[in-house]
Amino acid sequence: MPGKRPSPEELLRRIEAEEQQTRRGRLKIFLGYASRVGKSFRMLDEGRRRKQRGQDVVIGYIQGKLGSDVSHVLQAMEVIPGLKVWGNGKEEDVMDVVAILRRHPQVCLVDELARDNPPGSRNPKRWQDVKELLDNGITVVTAINLQYIAEQQDAIEKITGKRASQTVPEAFIRSADEIVIVDAPPEDLHQDAPSNTADTRRLSELRELALLLAAEVVDQQLHQSLELRGVETFLGSQERILVCITPRSNAQRMLESGRRNAERFHCDLLALYVRQRALSAADEELVENHLALAREFGAKVHVVDATSSVPAILEFARDHAITQLFVGHSLTTRWHDFLFGNPLDQLIESAEAMDVRIFPHPGLHSTS
Amino acid sequence: MTSPNPPKKGRFKIFLGYAAGVGKTYQMLDEGQELRRKGLDVVVGYFEPHGRQDTIARTEGLEIIPRREVVYRGTTFQEMDTEAILRRKPEVCVVDELAHTNVPGSERAKRWQDVQVLLEAGISVLTSLNIQHLESLNDQVWQMTGVRVRETLPDWVVDQADEIVVVDVTPRALRHRLERGVIYSREKAEKALDNFFAEHNLSALREIAMRHAAHEIEEKLSVADASTPSASRHDSSASADPSGRKECILICVDERPSAAVLIRRGRRVADYLRAECLAIYVSPDPALSHLSQEQREAVEKHLGFARNLRIEASVIQADVVADGVVEFARTRQATQIFMGRSPAKGWKHRLRGSTLHRVVRLARDMQITIVAERRR
Repeated sequence: MPGKRPSPEELLRRIEAEEQQTRRGRLKIFLGYASRVGKSFRMLDEGRRRKQRGQDVVIGYIQGKLGSDVSHVLQAMEVIPGLKVWGNGKEEDVMDVVAILRRHPQVCLVDELARDNPPGSRNPKRWQDVKELLDNGITVVTAINLQYIAEQQDAIEKITGKRASQTVPEAFIRSADEIVIVDAPPEDLHQDAPSNTADTRRLSELRELALLLAAEVVDQQLHQSLELRGVETFLGSQERILVCITPRSNAQRMLESGRRNAERFHCDLLALYVRQRALSAADEELVENHLALAREFGAKVHVVDATSSVPAILEFARDHAITQLFVGHSLTTRWHDFLFGNPLDQLIESAEAMDVRIFPHPGLHSTS
Repeated sequence: MTSPNPPKKGRFKIFLGYAAGVGKTYQMLDEGQELRRKGLDVVVGYFEPHGRQDTIARTEGLEIIPRREVVYRGTTFQEMDTEAILRRKPEVCVVDELAHTNVPGSERAKRWQDVQVLLEAGISVLTSLNIQHLESLNDQVWQMTGVRVRETLPDWVVDQADEIVVVDVTPRALRHRLERGVIYSREKAEKALDNFFAEHNLSALREIAMRHAAHEIEEKLSVADASTPSASRHDSSASADPSGRKECILICVDERPSAAVLIRRGRRVADYLRAECLAIYVSPDPALSHLSQEQREAVEKHLGFARNLRIEASVIQADVVADGVVEFARTRQATQIFMGRSPAKGWKHRLRGSTLHRVVRLARDMQITIVAERRR
């Protein structure tokens, strides 16, 4: 997410954070949208390649049942045996964090990131085990199924009707240095089973969700790296819509349209109100209503104080890498035009780097 | 609705990547091998080895249809031999580099057209594509990377794919491959690392590829919903604006080169909004006799370009351009008018009296989108 332009102190803080990051091990995640898309295979294949290139690679945890294509890769790798722990009335295989730390490899492969450890383990969750490895300078390559990300559970439930009991916080996924999407169309997963339309549909929806999450992580990393390099704005990889609110604008219509566009583009919707001078009580109330509506529509609402609206809108739009600016015809008032020139015209002429979409004044709509 | 006797088209699968070297060809050949093991008749119609040994190894055991030699200006080029593939009539054909432009004198100008012929003949096609070759992204890609991609294909070709698979590696891994000389020769690799393969460029292209694949999945789900209303989760395929009207985007083309930017952007937004898309050039004389030959050719090129992207494009007669635009927009119930900025500098002078200015004043009941300028 691009924010305000960072101050020198902020930049310094980020560089320090970056250095901190380099002392940590790197986290690389293979993200899939279902089981059997080949996440574990990709993870192991990466381990094999790294080993071939001379890196010190071990397997910290691998699930028991794997295909034959995987088992021959496994044979060439060093596996740190898991701990057998009694929990919930059965024996469970738990990653041996202490043994891995003692062995201290360069790279550790960890399958099934979302697993809970049995009670009494060193860490309650496997992702916390992984974090400990990272903090100790060990690079971790791991695999996760989208369906086990905590913050995605509402969306997952809508699609599958099920929630996962063992999950990983999304913030941990987003903290990855690298994320790779492991993609395969649902048809490929059904190759040996008769294809089922409802099932295919569910898988397609999960697949879309996984791609969008990965895109968001990539976008976030892209903007972080650009900020570090001092690039102010970098347009093009993702749409961002800004609705400009004024008392007399047809805010309802602009926001409805903004929301629909944001849904279709899977992008952020922002709303901006530039407070210029004291408004009448009636106008004040109108603005408050508009902003409340904007929040209801899921827009991130910003209010800024400025003496002149056009430069304020443009600066805000640039800082937030806006690609589509929605404004109302009502930005225009005749007496103001007469004195200072038309603000809408100014905006159109100055906002060269983004699309400017002008909306009809309330009451003028649907006269066609 | 399908016609009574539809020819059984081949299945069309695209391996989508964000740059050379991500592993599209490798994965595509892997799938070809897999299908062959399952007993399907698989051939390689075109394969670009780029000297990559592990990829070349992937063709082992697959029948390769010899390429056709085409002589152009004294140089011999090798192209896919579509006619030979049609005669051989396999079940599945592997075709590398969907965006390739055939050498002049070939049967068809573009490889995607060859692929269409194979699909029509009932041959399934596995093919590879990088996201930057998508026509509607051409300006964005240029703005981000500084590279004007010359080989493009219309978005609708990709929309027709039965399946799109994202082939993903991280930019870091890709740059390592480049440094190790896996993708290009050493000298070419060094240049690439500083330019197109700069990490932020790769990240941006990668993000766009992921989003585009997600978009294609969503479109397929919505088409499926439209044909089976009971399963409807998404809204209908023909979308309406909040007032209930179907969205329709009208693109106003002029003779300037920037009209291409306008057309691509309009097409892209229309695709995302599932809107109808129209393009017009308004002229006092429908024969365009008032224009210089150069301008006339530019207008015709733009309208042809729009039609190529499946936009209904026409010349409209009106004495005042803005009046013609607004009248046409009303007749066709356009919900958005897409326009470019005026050419001259200095807003006070250029806007007053311009067509844009007049349209904004006349069409106060319509949405008007003034499209961003693409600069570097």
